[in-house]
Amino acid sequence: MDLAPVIDGFGVVLEPTNLLYCLIGVVIGMLIGVLPGLGPAATIAILLPVTFGIEPVTAIIMLSGIFYGAQYGGTITSVLLRLPGEASSVVTVFDGHALARQGKAGTALGIAAIGSFVGGTVSIIVLSLVAPLVASFALDFGPPEYTALALLGILLVSTVSSGDRLKAVIAACVGLLLATVGRDGFTGAERFTFGNLQLADGLDFVPIAMGLFGLGEILYNLEERHRSVQAPAVVANVWPSRADLRQSSGAIGRGSVIGFLLGILPGGGATLASLAAYAVEKKRAKHPERFGQGAVEGVAAPETANNAAATSSFIPLLTLGIPANATMAVIFGALLIQGVSPGPQLVTQEPELFWGVVNSMYIGNILLLIMSIPLVGLFVRILRVRATVLAPITVLITLIGVYTVNNSVFDIMLVIVFGALGYLMKKLGFDPGPLVLAFVLGSLLEDSLRRSLLIFDGDPTQFFTRPISGVLLVVFLLVALLPPVRAALRRRRAATRTPDTTPKELV
Amino acid sequence: MTVLVGFVPTPEGEAAFTAGLAEARRRGEDLLVLNTPRGGAPVSADAAPPELVEQQTARAQADSVGLEVRQAPHSGDLADEVLRVAEEADASVIVIGIRRRSPVGKLLMGSSAQRILLDADRPVLAVKPQHDAG
Repeated sequence: MDLAPVIDGFGVVLEPTNLLYCLIGVVIGMLIGVLPGLGPAATIAILLPVTFGIEPVTAIIMLSGIFYGAQYGGTITSVLLRLPGEASSVVTVFDGHALARQGKAGTALGIAAIGSFVGGTVSIIVLSLVAPLVASFALDFGPPEYTALALLGILLVSTVSSGDRLKAVIAACVGLLLATVGRDGFTGAERFTFGNLQLADGLDFVPIAMGLFGLGEILYNLEERHRSVQAPAVVANVWPSRADLRQSSGAIGRGSVIGFLLGILPGGGATLASLAAYAVEKKRAKHPERFGQGAVEGVAAPETANNAAATSSFIPLLTLGIPANATMAVIFGALLIQGVSPGPQLVTQEPELFWGVVNSMYIGNILLLIMSIPLVGLFVRILRVRATVLAPITVLITLIGVYTVNNSVFDIMLVIVFGALGYLMKKLGFDPGPLVLAFVLGSLLEDSLRRSLLIFDGDPTQFFTRPISGVLLVVFLLVALLPPVRAALRRRRAATRTPDTTPKELV
Repeated sequence: MTVLVGFVPTPEGEAAFTAGLAEARRRGEDLLVLNTPRGGAPVSADAAPPELVEQQTARAQADSVGLEVRQAPHSGDLADEVLRVAEEADASVIVIGIRRRSPVGKLLMGSSAQRILLDADRPVLAVKPQHDAG
């Protein structure tokens, strides 16, 4: 491996501007990690317009800082207040808060910070080694391979993500439909524009992301009003003892591996990784009944895993140009806005951007480790701001932000429309993630599908004659058909035998 | 009939609780502690931490007074909430802690204590913290 670009990457990160934006990114990340409701996807979407005026590297450094910073921040409220600030910190609540009630909040936070640091760093190192390999491999990808990959990505995101599978598939289909709006890239015909000039170039990614993630989440959070209000928590005894560290070292190691693997998987990401790591620790433990009573491993494993996953989910984005989860979809959009098309060429064509972003994560993780404990009190203070104060400010920033992108009032209308859609989707149990992801991948899918059909003279069976696209499509079919087939088998078995099926163990 | 204490974790609130406990023992009634932070934010300095509630429970038990603590958040005006709960629980007396405030501060922020004193349709016991320097 050629080390020169890696070193150059450090040069990029150490520029004062980039260091500053890295710091800004992780601080914002921690803040929104602390605030329940506002997730990293929403924040990055809201901040998209801010990135217009700055260099691509700097912009992505800041946005990725928000993503992994949020994983640190979510822990704080989980441990101190039993209030997961982030979906990926939900399992930390069980043991983290139990520890806090025993007066060991500092131990839990310290372990979480150390675990996050280790998980993140392990993930970055593997990312640095693996990403160029995957990218060089992906350089052989032609349109048929991209078709298969995009299809698989959309399907995996809708099936692997938590929640109702059918609803996720429906959302993804709506996303694909939205991607077709605008002028046809091949024939120039206008599709679904209804004679409206504003729609002629298709729907922009920014208003859709800002509406669905930003405005939609704000609206949804305004609704949940009657939550109990808690007293501000105090932290003492910050550093975990050596015994705690020894006890959780195994959990941190396994968490790093699980997190890394699940982060790469489309639809996986931090939330799934934390759930899986917790379940694994519980299963491996000699005394599983300790979990939920304040087991240090129960904090270490999920917190390590969610940071490792947050980092490794950059691999598919930076090497294949396929976003693995909703937050990555928004960062994908940010790259497109900057005129950088993420894909296998990124490593060779934009080595400064690639290695700058990857290496900024080392710095970001160190910053987070330093800041996370001393600033806990400050972050908890932010929770005292009422939603009635916070929401109007955020909405105003969102609307002004989207206007500044194109100086277009039409975009503001789009944000409001998609905000209402996002609110309704959340209310009815649809995850907006698959929609945005399918929208982002939709144009890639359409372009490469039609290009490959041109190559194949309109014969779709040839997709299976190329090895890579063939394998990907077979995996696609397996993932698509397995759940219905299994459900059918189970139904038949249940019909022949008495229904004595044991309920599945829940995490 | 109960004794209603409007409680916040401050010296004034502490004084109100102490006076309320004595009043409940004197009257032979139960004590209802209303600790209602304003809703909308996940954390509020007005909410009593669990240790404090446990401590209050222990003190009430030592005096053999029945204690109920309500911590549901309220929306709108605090004084209205206190009066509503007083009505609902049919309180025989409302105990509140009061503090000194500058006329300007009172003009701007209003005074919950004043509204409770003026609008309540039952006796109100207003107490001050013991070591009041101001």
